[in-house]
Parts: sequence; C-alpha cells; structure tokens
Amino acid sequence: MNIITTARVKSPWILHFDTGSCNGCDIEILACLTPLYDVERFGMINVGNPKHADVLLVTGPANRRNARVLRNLYEQMPAPKVVIVIGTCGCSGGVFHNCYNMLGGIDKVIPVDVYVPGCAAKPEAIIDGVVLALQRLAERSESKPALAEALA
Amino acid sequence: MSARTVIPFGPQHPVLPEPVQLRLTLEEERVVEAIPAIGYVHRGIEKAAELNEWVQNVFLVERICGICSFLHALCYCQGIETLLGVEPPPRARYLRVVWGELHRLHSHHLWLGLLADSFGFESLFMQFWRNREMIMDLLEMTAGNRVIVSTCTVGGTRRDIAQEQASEILRTLDKVQNELDKLLPVISNDYTVRSRTVGKGVLPKDKAIRLGAVGPVLRASGVAQDVRMIGYAAYGELGFTPVVEQAGDAHARLLVRMKETYQAIDLIRQALAHMPEGEIITRVRGNPRGRTISRVEQPRGEVVYYLAGNGTRNLERLRVRTPTFANVPALVQMLPGCELADVPVLVLSIDPCISCTER
Repeated sequence: MNIITTARVKSPWILHFDTGSCNGCDIEILACLTPLYDVERFGMINVGNPKHADVLLVTGPANRRNARVLRNLYEQMPAPKVVIVIGTCGCSGGVFHNCYNMLGGIDKVIPVDVYVPGCAAKPEAIIDGVVLALQRLAERSESKPALAEALA
Repeated sequence: MSARTVIPFGPQHPVLPEPVQLRLTLEEERVVEAIPAIGYVHRGIEKAAELNEWVQNVFLVERICGICSFLHALCYCQGIETLLGVEPPPRARYLRVVWGELHRLHSHHLWLGLLADSFGFESLFMQFWRNREMIMDLLEMTAGNRVIVSTCTVGGTRRDIAQEQASEILRTLDKVQNELDKLLPVISNDYTVRSRTVGKGVLPKDKAIRLGAVGPVLRASGVAQDVRMIGYAAYGELGFTPVVEQAGDAHARLLVRMKETYQAIDLIRQALAHMPEGEIITRVRGNPRGRTISRVEQPRGEVVYYLAGNGTRNLERLRVRTPTFANVPALVQMLPGCELADVPVLVLSIDPCISCTER
C-alpha cells in the first residue's frame, strides 16, 4: 500500500445522510460514535461536509424528493469513495416497499458498495460494514484511474 | 434597512440527523424569517396502512419513528382495541408502561446529548450517550432488539418481563440515576449551558397555547398538560404529576426533559413494583368497525391517531398527528429575532422528529 492509501484507510471520514429512514438506524450510527462503541479509535469521524468525506453512510429508502439531494451529495464527494447502506429499508425498500413515494433501495439512485441489513442495524453490524467498505476503499485508492482523479 | 441574505439551513446539515430545510432570511446576523420546507423523508405510510391488513400495521406504525417506536405501536393498538371492544389484561397494561417509559428515558437521553452537541459541549454529549447505552441494553434484554422493540400488539403485549429481568432493570436504573445525579448540576448551573440556552427562544404561556404546542415545549411554558393524565395503559393507577417549568425558554425545555428522565425512572419502578400477575394478551376476534381517536404522550408530546374501520381486514383511514408537527408553528415563531448561531439550539429545543412529521 502506498502512503496515501494507508492514510486514507486509517482515517476514513464519514458523511451520514438520512433519505427517509425511521431514525432507528440514524441513532445507531450516532451510537457507534459514542463511548461504548467508539469508532473514533479507528480514525473515523463524522463530518458534515461531503467534500471532506470518504465514506457515505445512507439510511432509509430513497424517495422522489431526496433522490436529487442524495445524488448531489454523492457527486460532491471526491474519489475514491465508498457508499454503505444501513438498514433493511435502504437495501430493498423493506417495510416501506409499497409506499407510493418510494423509489426502492438506495442502489436505484447511486452505486452501493456494502449493504448492512437489519431493522434497525446494530452498531456492531454497522462497524463491520464500514470495515468491509474500507477494503474496497483501499483497492480503489491503489488503482491508477481513481488516484489520478483524486490528485487532479 | 440593511441587505437581506437567505441561508438554506439543511436539508443536509451537521446538527440535523434528519433532512429538513429551513430557509432563513437574515439581516446581518439576525434571523428575520424562517420558512420550513419539508417532504425529504415522506414515505406515504398512511396510504400504505390502508393497503396492509390492520394486524400488519402494528409493524408499520412502529417504523414511523424509530426513537419512540413503542409509543406509536401503543397508540395504534389502543385505537384498534377501542374499535374491537377489547380490554388488554392488567399485566399487559403495566408492561406497556415499562416499555413506554424506557423509550422516553432513552429518547430524552438522546435529545439531551444532541442539544449539548449543538452548542459544542462534546463531553456532555458523550456522557449522556454513554448513559443511554445502559437503557438500550435493557431494551435488548427484554425485547431482543435495541431500537424497534415490537413488543406491543393488539390485545396486549407479545413478551413478558420475568422476575430476574425486572430486578436487572431496577439495578440498572439505580446506575442510570446515579449518573444523572452527576449531570443534573451541569444542566442546571453550568456557565456554557446557561449562556447558550437561558433567555433564548422564549415562548410565553398564552402564545404556546394559541400555537397549539404540545409536550415538553408546552410544559416548559408553564402549562401542566400531559396526556398520561387521562390514565391510559396503567398510568391512572400510578402516582404521577407532570413536570412544569415557567420560563418558556430553551433552558426551561432542557430542565423539563431532564426532570422527566427522573420521572420515567420513578414510573418504571412503580410499575414493576405493582405489576399484577396473569395473562399478557387477550384473544382478539373480528375486524375493527367505526371511528375513534387515540392519544398517547410521546417523549416529544402528544400523538393523535385517528382510525376508521369498515369491518374488513383493511382500515379505511389511518391519520397520524405527531408532536413535532404541532410544535413547528411554535418553532417558526421562536426563530425571528434570534442570531444565526442560536438557530441549531432553538431547532433542537423542540426536539424535532422529522420522520414522524412527514411519515
């Protein structure tokens, strides 16, 4: 691994966006940041600015109004980046699959790398998902086109 | 008149866990007007509830809001029970109080932490969330899941609390209360907390009533109104007085919620002490027919369910009025005149739950 990849994987910055979840998964993501689970020991920090973020955590199914916001956030994140979907409704629509305002899973709007099912997903599962996504991030960071794009 | 700037606060903002937009019109640093723009998390649950069978809806309404999921299910089940003419067994009513108050306890911890975070008091945020994990463990122990517990059902509850579990709950509540005793002086006297909340977003009593505020927002303005006083579930048999503060500012709302955590601990203790033996569920027959209104006090205030059944397996209509919806007019009145830096604190002071509001 080159030095940029090492640095990236050791301190992935996380952006969290809720696209219509019931808050259950959102509070579990916050619980990950707090003393019991403490993901900051892995260098993960929750940031508010998509331009600083490496990992996008999305909770909830996509609906017609926020699909544009979600795509916008994804495009503002610099490459290499990974997307993790937290919760069953973000993976497939879940309990909201037959609601009229739903587009379905997040993968209908942006490409997704890791799916973390669960209603609500437990903090352990979320941390597991992020660690899986970091392997993906390392691969992308090593590959030449992504690196060129990131440095451009 | 100085130049006006319009700042879009949201839909994606570090202080908001959920997407909602406030279009803030500013004159220099001062907010002149705030217009909320909603719809980012609208799913269409009310329509989906008509398509599902009424038994399935218990699981759907729980997912209106993940923070107070049990209380949504409770409100829905009480409505259906009224329509069917079913009375849940006494033990189930007490069990509902225990889970309901555990939800209030964890929700208030969550909110107290988030408010501290909104003015940059990181360590207080962490303290509250560390404390909250003990309550989440209790929920996991009694229900098998941390957030969506799915224990309430039409006619009673789906799970029981065994004697050992009850004593474990009591032991943990003692620890929670010990930790809260350390945090109470910080909430009431700390310089940072006071300077960011005292006198901010004042909502006078008459205005709070006129704007139809509910829950802690209303009680912080000096109105002793709490739906638990009507005595649903087992609240009528437990000793309880609503927490009231007079100041009506953000600090009063903070104190109301802080004191309600103690109240919730006390109610759980009472419910466990007086819990009768017996069945936890009555058998339910038939389909709901007629119309009814069901009300429950959530951590954020009063939730109202309107149910209309026509004697089939599907409901004709399910309407939900959530507490945040009732508190938004109060928020829009609070914001003009405050400084931009106070907006996050004031928005959080009503404890907004957008996924409830938009469903």
